[in-house]
Amino acid sequence: MHLDLDHDNYPERYAYGSLPLASPGGPPATRPDGTRRALRVGLGGPVGSGKTATVAALCRALRDRLSIAVVTNDIYTREDAEYLLRNAVLPPERISAVETGACPHTAIRDDISANLEAVEDLEETVGPLDLILVESGGDNLTATFSKGLVDAQIFVIDVAGGDDIPRKGGPGVTTADLLVINKTDLAPYVGSDLERMARDAKAQRGDLPVAFTSLVAEGGVTPVSDWIHERLTAWTAVPA
Amino acid sequence: MPRWRPRPGHEQAAPRASRAALLVLADGRFPAGGHAHSGGAEAAVKAGRITGPGTLEAFCRGRLHTSGLVAAALAAAATAGLDPLLLDEAADARTPSPSLRTTARKLGRQLTRAARAAWPSPELDALAAARPQGAHQPVVLGLTVRAAGLTPLDAAHAAAYESVTGPATAAVRLLSLDPFAVTAVLARLTPDLDEVAAQAAEAAHRALDEGMDVLPAASAPLLDIYAEQHATWPVRLFAS
Repeated sequence: MHLDLDHDNYPERYAYGSLPLASPGGPPATRPDGTRRALRVGLGGPVGSGKTATVAALCRALRDRLSIAVVTNDIYTREDAEYLLRNAVLPPERISAVETGACPHTAIRDDISANLEAVEDLEETVGPLDLILVESGGDNLTATFSKGLVDAQIFVIDVAGGDDIPRKGGPGVTTADLLVINKTDLAPYVGSDLERMARDAKAQRGDLPVAFTSLVAEGGVTPVSDWIHERLTAWTAVPA
Repeated sequence: MPRWRPRPGHEQAAPRASRAALLVLADGRFPAGGHAHSGGAEAAVKAGRITGPGTLEAFCRGRLHTSGLVAAALAAAATAGLDPLLLDEAADARTPSPSLRTTARKLGRQLTRAARAAWPSPELDALAAARPQGAHQPVVLGLTVRAAGLTPLDAAHAAAYESVTGPATAAVRLLSLDPFAVTAVLARLTPDLDEVAAQAAEAAHRALDEGMDVLPAASAPLLDIYAEQHATWPVRLFAS
Protein backbone atom coordinates (compact mmCIF):
# COMPACT_ATOMS: atom_id res chain seq x y z
CA MET A 1 0.00 0.00 0.00
CA HIS A 2 0.96 3.61 -0.29
CA LEU A 3 2.60 5.33 2.63
CA ASP A 4 0.73 8.05 4.38
CA LEU A 5 2.94 11.07 4.17
CA ASP A 6 3.12 13.70 6.83
CA HIS A 7 1.25 16.73 5.51
CA ASP A 8 3.54 19.29 7.14
CA ASN A 9 6.63 17.74 5.65
CA TYR A 10 5.14 17.38 2.20
CA PRO A 11 3.98 20.80 1.03
CA GLU A 12 2.48 21.64 -2.37
CA ARG A 13 5.82 21.69 -4.14
CA TYR A 14 5.27 19.31 -6.97
CA ALA A 15 2.35 21.21 -8.48
CA TYR A 16 3.01 23.31 -11.57
CA GLY A 17 1.08 26.09 -9.85
CA SER A 18 1.09 26.64 -6.12
CA LEU A 19 -1.90 24.81 -4.71
CA PRO A 20 -2.87 23.17 -1.42
CA LEU A 21 -3.12 19.38 -1.20
CA ALA A 22 -6.37 17.42 -0.94
CA SER A 23 -4.80 14.63 1.08
CA PRO A 24 -1.26 13.89 2.21
CA GLY A 25 0.68 12.89 -0.88
CA GLY A 26 -2.35 13.56 -3.08
CA PRO A 27 -3.00 16.19 -5.71
CA PRO A 28 -4.07 19.70 -4.66
CA ALA A 29 -7.80 19.98 -3.84
CA THR A 30 -8.43 23.32 -5.46
CA ARG A 31 -8.01 25.12 -8.76
CA PRO A 32 -5.76 28.17 -9.03
CA ASP A 33 -8.78 30.39 -8.30
CA GLY A 34 -9.38 28.58 -5.00
CA THR A 35 -12.53 26.67 -6.02
CA ARG A 36 -12.74 22.90 -5.63
CA ARG A 37 -11.28 20.99 -8.57
CA ALA A 38 -12.86 17.92 -10.16
CA LEU A 39 -12.73 14.51 -8.51
CA ARG A 40 -10.18 12.41 -10.44
CA VAL A 41 -10.91 8.72 -10.87
CA GLY A 42 -8.44 6.36 -12.57
CA LEU A 43 -9.52 3.25 -14.50
CA GLY A 44 -6.87 0.58 -14.99
CA GLY A 45 -6.83 -3.09 -15.93
CA PRO A 46 -5.66 -5.64 -18.50
CA VAL A 47 -6.03 -5.16 -22.26
CA GLY A 48 -9.55 -5.87 -23.49
CA SER A 49 -11.28 -6.00 -20.10
CA GLY A 50 -13.64 -3.16 -21.02
CA LYS A 51 -12.06 0.00 -19.63
CA THR A 52 -12.99 2.18 -22.59
CA ALA A 53 -16.49 0.68 -22.78
CA THR A 54 -16.90 1.40 -19.04
CA VAL A 55 -15.71 4.99 -19.50
CA ALA A 56 -18.16 5.44 -22.41
CA ALA A 57 -21.04 3.98 -20.39
CA LEU A 58 -20.17 6.17 -17.39
CA CYS A 59 -20.13 9.28 -19.57
CA ARG A 60 -23.54 8.43 -21.00
CA ALA A 61 -24.96 7.72 -17.54
CA LEU A 62 -23.53 10.80 -15.82
CA ARG A 63 -23.10 13.52 -18.43
CA ASP A 64 -26.57 15.05 -17.95
CA ARG A 65 -25.99 15.63 -14.26
CA LEU A 66 -22.21 16.20 -14.09
CA SER A 67 -19.57 18.16 -15.97
CA ILE A 68 -17.17 15.41 -17.11
CA ALA A 69 -13.86 15.12 -18.99
CA VAL A 70 -11.75 12.09 -19.93
CA VAL A 71 -8.00 11.52 -20.30
CA THR A 72 -6.98 8.40 -22.24
CA ASN A 73 -3.54 6.75 -22.19
CA ASP A 74 -3.25 4.67 -25.33
CA ILE A 75 -0.20 2.50 -25.72
CA TYR A 76 0.57 3.28 -29.33
CA THR A 77 -2.45 4.88 -30.99
CA ARG A 78 -5.21 7.31 -30.23
CA GLU A 79 -7.81 4.58 -30.64
CA ASP A 80 -9.36 4.84 -27.18
CA ALA A 81 -9.80 8.58 -27.56
CA GLU A 82 -11.16 8.04 -31.07
CA TYR A 83 -13.61 5.37 -29.87
CA LEU A 84 -15.01 7.85 -27.35
CA LEU A 85 -15.17 10.57 -30.00
CA ARG A 86 -16.80 8.29 -32.58
CA ASN A 87 -19.43 7.26 -30.09
CA ALA A 88 -19.91 10.92 -29.19
CA VAL A 89 -20.05 10.22 -25.46
CA LEU A 90 -18.60 13.69 -24.83
CA PRO A 91 -17.78 16.72 -26.99
CA PRO A 92 -14.23 16.42 -28.43
CA GLU A 93 -12.81 19.25 -26.31
CA ARG A 94 -13.57 17.17 -23.20
CA ILE A 95 -11.39 14.23 -24.29
CA SER A 96 -7.59 14.38 -24.13
CA ALA A 97 -5.11 11.66 -25.17
CA VAL A 98 -1.73 11.18 -23.45
CA GLU A 99 1.06 9.27 -25.23
CA THR A 100 2.99 6.84 -23.07
CA GLY A 101 6.11 5.68 -24.93
CA ALA A 102 5.32 1.95 -24.72
CA CYS A 103 4.99 2.12 -20.92
CA PRO A 104 1.38 2.68 -19.79
CA HIS A 105 2.10 2.02 -16.11
CA THR A 106 4.94 4.56 -16.09
CA ALA A 107 2.58 7.32 -17.21
CA ILE A 108 0.03 6.63 -14.47
CA ARG A 109 2.35 5.72 -11.61
CA ASP A 110 6.09 6.47 -11.90
CA ASP A 111 6.07 9.63 -14.02
CA ILE A 112 2.63 11.20 -13.93
CA SER A 113 3.69 14.58 -15.33
CA ALA A 114 2.00 14.26 -18.76
CA ASN A 115 -1.27 13.07 -17.21
CA LEU A 116 -1.24 15.88 -14.63
CA GLU A 117 -0.77 18.37 -17.43
CA ALA A 118 -3.72 16.85 -19.31
CA VAL A 119 -6.11 17.01 -16.32
CA GLU A 120 -5.03 20.54 -15.42
CA ASP A 121 -5.45 21.72 -19.02
CA LEU A 122 -8.95 20.19 -19.18
CA GLU A 123 -9.92 21.97 -15.94
CA GLU A 124 -8.67 25.20 -17.45
CA THR A 125 -10.16 24.92 -20.94
CA VAL A 126 -13.56 23.23 -20.38
CA GLY A 127 -13.96 23.57 -16.60
CA PRO A 128 -15.28 23.89 -14.05
CA LEU A 129 -15.55 20.11 -14.01
CA ASP A 130 -17.09 17.76 -11.46
CA LEU A 131 -15.35 14.58 -12.60
CA ILE A 132 -12.29 13.63 -14.64
CA LEU A 133 -11.90 9.98 -15.65
CA VAL A 134 -8.28 8.97 -16.34
CA GLU A 135 -8.16 5.75 -18.35
CA SER A 136 -4.90 3.79 -18.32
CA GLY A 137 -3.62 1.97 -21.37
CA GLY A 138 -4.24 -1.78 -21.08
CA ASP A 139 -1.57 -3.23 -18.81
CA ASN A 140 -0.92 -6.08 -16.41
CA LEU A 141 -2.15 -6.94 -12.93
CA THR A 142 0.47 -4.77 -11.19
CA ALA A 143 -0.64 -1.46 -12.73
CA THR A 144 -1.90 1.10 -10.21
CA PHE A 145 -2.37 4.86 -10.32
CA SER A 146 -0.23 7.26 -8.31
CA LYS A 147 -1.98 9.08 -5.47
CA GLY A 148 -0.40 12.18 -6.96
CA LEU A 149 -2.62 11.79 -10.03
CA VAL A 150 -6.02 10.42 -8.94
CA ASP A 151 -8.23 10.52 -5.85
CA ALA A 152 -9.63 7.02 -6.37
CA GLN A 153 -9.01 4.14 -8.72
CA ILE A 154 -11.09 1.45 -10.38
CA PHE A 155 -9.52 -1.79 -11.62
CA VAL A 156 -11.44 -3.45 -14.45
CA ILE A 157 -11.07 -7.18 -15.17
CA ASP A 158 -13.45 -9.46 -17.05
CA VAL A 159 -14.76 -12.97 -16.67
CA ALA A 160 -13.34 -14.08 -20.02
CA GLY A 161 -9.79 -13.29 -18.91
CA GLY A 162 -9.99 -16.28 -16.55
CA ASP A 163 -11.91 -16.69 -13.30
CA ASP A 164 -8.64 -17.21 -11.40
CA ILE A 165 -7.58 -13.53 -11.74
CA PRO A 166 -9.12 -12.40 -8.40
CA ARG A 167 -7.34 -15.32 -6.70
CA LYS A 168 -4.00 -14.32 -8.27
CA GLY A 169 -4.37 -10.86 -6.76
CA GLY A 170 -1.66 -8.28 -7.46
CA PRO A 171 -1.74 -4.59 -6.61
CA GLY A 172 -4.56 -3.75 -9.07
CA VAL A 173 -6.98 -6.40 -7.82
CA THR A 174 -5.97 -6.07 -4.18
CA THR A 175 -5.75 -2.32 -3.61
CA ALA A 176 -8.09 -0.60 -6.13
CA ASP A 177 -10.88 1.37 -4.46
CA LEU A 178 -13.38 -0.49 -6.65
CA LEU A 179 -12.83 -3.80 -8.47
CA VAL A 180 -15.08 -4.16 -11.52
CA ILE A 181 -15.60 -7.67 -12.89
CA ASN A 182 -16.99 -7.04 -16.36
CA LYS A 183 -18.69 -9.10 -19.10
CA THR A 184 -20.71 -11.25 -16.68
CA ASP A 185 -22.98 -12.12 -19.63
CA LEU A 186 -20.10 -14.17 -21.06
CA ALA A 187 -19.57 -16.28 -17.92
CA PRO A 188 -21.63 -19.32 -19.07
CA TYR A 189 -19.81 -19.41 -22.42
CA VAL A 190 -16.27 -19.30 -21.06
CA GLY A 191 -16.88 -21.50 -18.04
CA SER A 192 -16.19 -18.77 -15.48
CA ASP A 193 -17.56 -19.26 -11.98
CA LEU A 194 -18.85 -15.87 -10.74
CA GLU A 195 -19.37 -17.17 -7.19
CA ARG A 196 -15.75 -18.22 -7.06
CA MET A 197 -14.60 -14.84 -8.42
CA ALA A 198 -16.64 -13.03 -5.76
CA ARG A 199 -15.25 -15.29 -3.00
CA ASP A 200 -11.65 -14.88 -4.16
CA ALA A 201 -12.06 -11.09 -4.53
CA LYS A 202 -13.44 -10.89 -0.98
CA ALA A 203 -10.46 -12.87 0.30
CA GLN A 204 -8.00 -10.54 -1.49
CA ARG A 205 -9.78 -7.26 -0.80
CA GLY A 206 -11.50 -7.57 2.55
CA ASP A 207 -14.10 -4.81 2.81
CA LEU A 208 -13.17 -3.01 -0.43
CA PRO A 209 -16.11 -3.15 -2.87
CA VAL A 210 -16.51 -5.32 -5.98
CA ALA A 211 -18.97 -4.61 -8.80
CA PHE A 212 -20.12 -7.18 -11.36
CA THR A 213 -21.12 -5.57 -14.65
CA SER A 214 -22.42 -6.46 -18.09
CA LEU A 215 -22.40 -3.45 -20.35
CA VAL A 216 -24.47 -5.07 -23.11
CA ALA A 217 -27.64 -4.48 -21.09
CA GLU A 218 -29.23 -1.06 -20.59
CA GLY A 219 -28.09 0.40 -17.26
CA GLY A 220 -25.31 -2.20 -16.99
CA VAL A 221 -22.85 0.34 -15.63
CA THR A 222 -25.13 1.42 -12.74
CA PRO A 223 -23.09 -0.29 -9.97
CA VAL A 224 -20.06 1.76 -11.07
CA SER A 225 -21.91 5.05 -11.58
CA ASP A 226 -23.54 4.63 -8.15
CA TRP A 227 -20.09 4.16 -6.62
CA ILE A 228 -18.82 7.29 -8.37
CA HIS A 229 -21.80 9.24 -7.01
CA GLU A 230 -20.86 8.12 -3.49
CA ARG A 231 -17.27 9.22 -4.02
CA LEU A 232 -18.41 12.57 -5.38
CA THR A 233 -20.69 13.13 -2.40
CA ALA A 234 -17.79 12.41 -0.05
CA TRP A 235 -15.47 14.61 -2.12
CA THR A 236 -17.78 17.63 -2.05
CA ALA A 237 -18.65 17.15 1.66
CA VAL A 238 -15.08 18.03 2.67
CA PRO A 239 -14.35 21.78 2.65
CA ALA A 240 -12.08 22.73 -0.27
CA MET B 1 25.34 42.90 -24.26
CA PRO B 2 25.23 43.57 -20.49
CA ARG B 3 25.78 40.75 -18.04
CA TRP B 4 22.43 39.52 -16.85
CA ARG B 5 21.74 39.77 -13.13
CA PRO B 6 18.86 38.17 -11.23
CA ARG B 7 16.07 40.58 -10.38
CA PRO B 8 15.94 41.89 -6.80
CA GLY B 9 14.45 39.26 -4.54
CA HIS B 10 15.38 36.55 -7.02
CA GLU B 11 19.02 36.20 -6.02
CA GLN B 12 20.19 32.64 -5.85
CA ALA B 13 20.46 31.30 -2.31
CA ALA B 14 23.92 30.23 -1.19
CA PRO B 15 24.84 27.16 -3.24
CA ARG B 16 23.81 23.88 -1.66
CA ALA B 17 26.11 22.02 -4.00
CA SER B 18 25.86 18.29 -3.80
CA ARG B 19 27.40 16.13 -6.49
CA ALA B 20 24.72 13.55 -5.84
CA ALA B 21 22.06 16.05 -6.92
CA LEU B 22 23.37 15.59 -10.46
CA LEU B 23 22.77 11.84 -10.18
CA VAL B 24 19.19 12.43 -9.03
CA LEU B 25 18.57 14.78 -11.94
CA ALA B 26 20.19 12.62 -14.62
CA ASP B 27 18.51 9.41 -13.45
CA GLY B 28 16.29 7.97 -16.17
CA ARG B 29 13.57 7.56 -13.53
CA PHE B 30 13.44 11.29 -12.80
CA PRO B 31 9.71 11.96 -13.41
CA ALA B 32 9.89 14.63 -16.09
CA GLY B 33 8.16 12.94 -19.00
CA GLY B 34 11.21 11.76 -20.98
CA HIS B 35 10.07 8.13 -21.02
CA ALA B 36 7.43 8.88 -23.67
CA HIS B 37 9.91 10.42 -26.15
CA SER B 38 12.40 8.70 -28.45
CA GLY B 39 14.46 11.73 -29.49
CA GLY B 40 13.87 10.95 -33.15
CA ALA B 41 14.79 7.28 -32.81
CA GLU B 42 11.32 5.95 -33.66
CA ALA B 43 11.32 7.74 -37.02
CA ALA B 44 14.94 6.71 -37.68
CA VAL B 45 14.08 3.07 -36.94
CA LYS B 46 11.16 3.20 -39.36
CA ALA B 47 13.40 4.80 -42.01
CA GLY B 48 15.82 1.90 -41.60
CA ARG B 49 18.61 4.11 -40.27
CA ILE B 50 18.79 2.51 -36.84
CA THR B 51 18.89 -1.26 -37.08
CA GLY B 52 21.27 -2.35 -34.33
CA PRO B 53 23.87 -1.14 -31.82
CA GLY B 54 26.26 0.16 -34.52
CA THR B 55 23.74 2.36 -36.28
CA LEU B 56 22.27 3.42 -32.93
CA GLU B 57 25.73 4.61 -31.89
CA ALA B 58 26.11 6.64 -35.10
CA PHE B 59 22.65 8.16 -34.61
CA CYS B 60 23.38 9.08 -30.99
CA ARG B 61 26.77 10.56 -31.87
CA GLY B 62 25.16 12.70 -34.56
CA ARG B 63 22.39 13.87 -32.24
CA LEU B 64 24.86 14.60 -29.45
CA HIS B 65 27.10 16.82 -31.59
CA THR B 66 24.14 18.77 -33.07
CA SER B 67 20.95 19.21 -31.04
CA GLY B 68 22.71 17.76 -27.98
CA LEU B 69 25.39 20.44 -28.11
CA VAL B 70 22.81 23.20 -28.54
CA ALA B 71 20.74 21.88 -25.62
CA ALA B 72 23.85 21.54 -23.45
CA ALA B 73 24.92 25.13 -24.17
CA LEU B 74 21.44 26.54 -23.48
CA ALA B 75 21.29 24.60 -20.22
CA ALA B 76 24.78 25.70 -19.16
CA ALA B 77 23.93 29.32 -20.00
CA ALA B 78 20.79 29.17 -17.83
CA THR B 79 22.85 27.78 -14.95
CA ALA B 80 25.48 30.48 -15.49
CA GLY B 81 22.79 33.12 -14.94
CA LEU B 82 21.79 34.33 -18.42
CA ASP B 83 18.20 35.54 -18.68
CA PRO B 84 16.05 32.39 -19.05
CA LEU B 85 13.40 34.19 -21.12
CA LEU B 86 15.99 35.38 -23.64
CA LEU B 87 17.47 31.87 -23.66
CA ASP B 88 13.99 30.55 -24.36
CA GLU B 89 13.84 32.76 -27.44
CA ALA B 90 17.34 31.64 -28.41
CA ALA B 91 16.11 28.04 -28.16
CA ASP B 92 13.15 28.83 -30.44
CA ALA B 93 15.51 30.35 -32.97
CA ARG B 94 17.67 27.21 -32.88
CA THR B 95 14.74 24.78 -33.34
CA PRO B 96 13.41 25.00 -36.91
CA SER B 97 10.87 22.17 -36.55
CA PRO B 98 7.55 23.41 -35.10
CA SER B 99 6.79 19.98 -33.62
CA LEU B 100 10.19 19.87 -31.90
CA ARG B 101 9.51 23.32 -30.43
CA THR B 102 6.19 22.03 -29.09
CA THR B 103 7.88 18.92 -27.69
CA ALA B 104 10.65 20.98 -26.04
CA ARG B 105 8.08 23.19 -24.30
CA LYS B 106 5.96 20.24 -23.24
CA LEU B 107 8.99 18.54 -21.71
CA GLY B 108 10.08 21.84 -20.19
CA ARG B 109 6.73 22.15 -18.45
CA GLN B 110 6.95 18.59 -17.17
CA LEU B 111 10.51 19.11 -15.93
CA THR B 112 9.45 22.32 -14.17
CA ARG B 113 6.96 20.40 -12.05
CA ALA B 114 9.51 17.82 -10.97
CA ALA B 115 12.24 20.44 -10.49
CA ARG B 116 10.10 22.65 -8.26
CA ALA B 117 9.30 19.66 -6.08
CA ALA B 118 12.94 18.59 -5.84
CA TRP B 119 14.75 21.96 -5.65
CA PRO B 120 12.26 24.77 -4.94
CA SER B 121 13.56 28.04 -6.34
CA PRO B 122 12.13 31.54 -6.95
CA GLU B 123 13.78 31.52 -10.38
CA LEU B 124 11.91 28.36 -11.40
CA ASP B 125 8.68 29.86 -10.02
CA ALA B 126 9.25 33.03 -12.06
CA LEU B 127 9.92 31.05 -15.26
CA ALA B 128 6.79 28.92 -14.71
CA ALA B 129 4.74 32.10 -14.24
CA ALA B 130 6.20 33.72 -17.35
CA ARG B 131 5.80 30.58 -19.52
CA PRO B 132 2.68 28.78 -18.22
CA GLN B 133 2.73 26.39 -21.20
CA GLY B 134 6.38 25.58 -20.56
CA ALA B 135 9.78 26.98 -21.50
CA HIS B 136 12.24 25.00 -23.64
CA GLN B 137 13.40 21.96 -21.69
CA PRO B 138 17.16 22.76 -21.76
CA VAL B 139 16.50 26.20 -20.27
CA VAL B 140 14.45 24.66 -17.46
CA LEU B 141 17.15 22.04 -16.99
CA GLY B 142 19.78 24.76 -16.60
CA LEU B 143 17.71 26.63 -13.99
CA THR B 144 17.10 23.34 -12.18
CA VAL B 145 20.83 22.66 -12.02
CA ARG B 146 21.29 26.22 -10.72
CA ALA B 147 18.64 25.65 -8.07
CA ALA B 148 20.40 22.46 -7.02
CA GLY B 149 23.60 24.46 -6.49
CA LEU B 150 25.49 22.77 -9.31
CA THR B 151 27.60 24.30 -12.09
CA PRO B 152 27.09 25.17 -15.79
CA LEU B 153 29.35 22.26 -16.71
CA ASP B 154 27.05 19.94 -14.71
CA ALA B 155 24.04 21.26 -16.64
CA ALA B 156 25.86 20.67 -19.92
CA HIS B 157 26.67 17.10 -18.89
CA ALA B 158 23.06 16.42 -17.93
CA ALA B 159 21.67 17.83 -21.20
CA ALA B 160 24.25 16.05 -23.34
CA TYR B 161 23.60 12.76 -21.55
CA GLU B 162 19.83 13.12 -22.04
CA SER B 163 20.34 13.70 -25.76
CA VAL B 164 21.66 10.15 -26.13
CA THR B 165 19.80 8.20 -23.41
CA GLY B 166 16.39 9.03 -24.92
CA PRO B 167 17.13 7.41 -28.30
CA ALA B 168 19.08 4.56 -26.66
CA THR B 169 16.22 3.53 -24.34
CA ALA B 170 13.69 3.93 -27.14
CA ALA B 171 15.77 1.71 -29.45
CA VAL B 172 15.76 -1.04 -26.83
CA ARG B 173 11.95 -0.95 -26.79
CA LEU B 174 11.48 -0.50 -30.54
CA LEU B 175 13.95 -3.09 -31.82
CA SER B 176 14.27 -5.39 -28.77
CA LEU B 177 18.01 -4.71 -28.86
CA ASP B 178 20.23 -6.42 -26.30
CA PRO B 179 20.23 -3.96 -23.38
CA PHE B 180 23.87 -4.79 -22.58
CA ALA B 181 24.92 -3.89 -26.11
CA VAL B 182 23.05 -0.58 -25.82
CA THR B 183 24.65 0.20 -22.46
CA ALA B 184 28.01 -0.45 -24.09
CA VAL B 185 27.06 2.08 -26.81
CA LEU B 186 26.43 4.69 -24.10
CA ALA B 187 29.74 3.84 -22.42
CA ARG B 188 31.59 4.28 -25.73
CA LEU B 189 29.96 7.69 -26.14
CA THR B 190 31.23 9.04 -22.79
CA PRO B 191 34.39 10.70 -24.19
CA ASP B 192 32.18 12.51 -26.71
CA LEU B 193 29.80 13.47 -23.89
CA ASP B 194 32.66 15.03 -21.92
CA GLU B 195 33.88 16.88 -25.00
CA VAL B 196 30.45 18.27 -25.90
CA ALA B 197 29.74 19.27 -22.29
CA ALA B 198 33.05 21.14 -22.03
CA GLN B 199 32.43 22.89 -25.35
CA ALA B 200 28.91 23.88 -24.25
CA ALA B 201 30.03 25.18 -20.84
CA GLU B 202 32.79 27.21 -22.50
CA ALA B 203 30.26 28.78 -24.88
CA ALA B 204 27.96 29.58 -21.94
CA HIS B 205 30.78 31.38 -20.12
CA ARG B 206 31.59 33.38 -23.23
CA ALA B 207 27.91 34.25 -23.67
CA LEU B 208 27.89 35.91 -20.23
CA ASP B 209 30.13 38.65 -21.64
CA GLU B 210 29.60 38.45 -25.38
CA GLY B 211 25.87 37.75 -25.57
CA MET B 212 23.79 34.78 -26.61
CA ASP B 213 24.78 34.81 -30.24
CA VAL B 214 27.97 32.97 -29.35
CA LEU B 215 25.94 29.96 -28.18
CA PRO B 216 26.19 27.10 -30.70
CA ALA B 217 23.46 26.75 -33.33
CA ALA B 218 24.32 23.33 -34.78
CA SER B 219 21.46 21.54 -36.49
CA ALA B 220 20.61 18.11 -37.85
CA PRO B 221 18.17 18.63 -40.73
CA LEU B 222 17.20 14.97 -40.85
CA LEU B 223 16.11 15.08 -37.18
CA ASP B 224 13.92 18.08 -37.97
CA ILE B 225 12.40 16.42 -41.04
CA TYR B 226 11.82 13.13 -39.20
CA ALA B 227 10.18 15.00 -36.32
CA GLU B 228 7.73 16.69 -38.68
CA GLN B 229 6.88 13.36 -40.33
CA HIS B 230 6.62 11.48 -37.02
CA ALA B 231 4.14 14.03 -35.66
CA THR B 232 1.67 13.03 -38.39
CA TRP B 233 1.82 9.24 -37.87
CA PRO B 234 -1.52 7.81 -36.71
CA VAL B 235 0.17 4.86 -34.96
CA ARG B 236 3.34 5.30 -32.93
CA LEU B 237 4.83 4.19 -29.64
CA PHE B 238 6.52 7.48 -28.70
CA ALA B 239 5.25 11.04 -28.53
CA SER B 240 8.31 12.31 -30.44
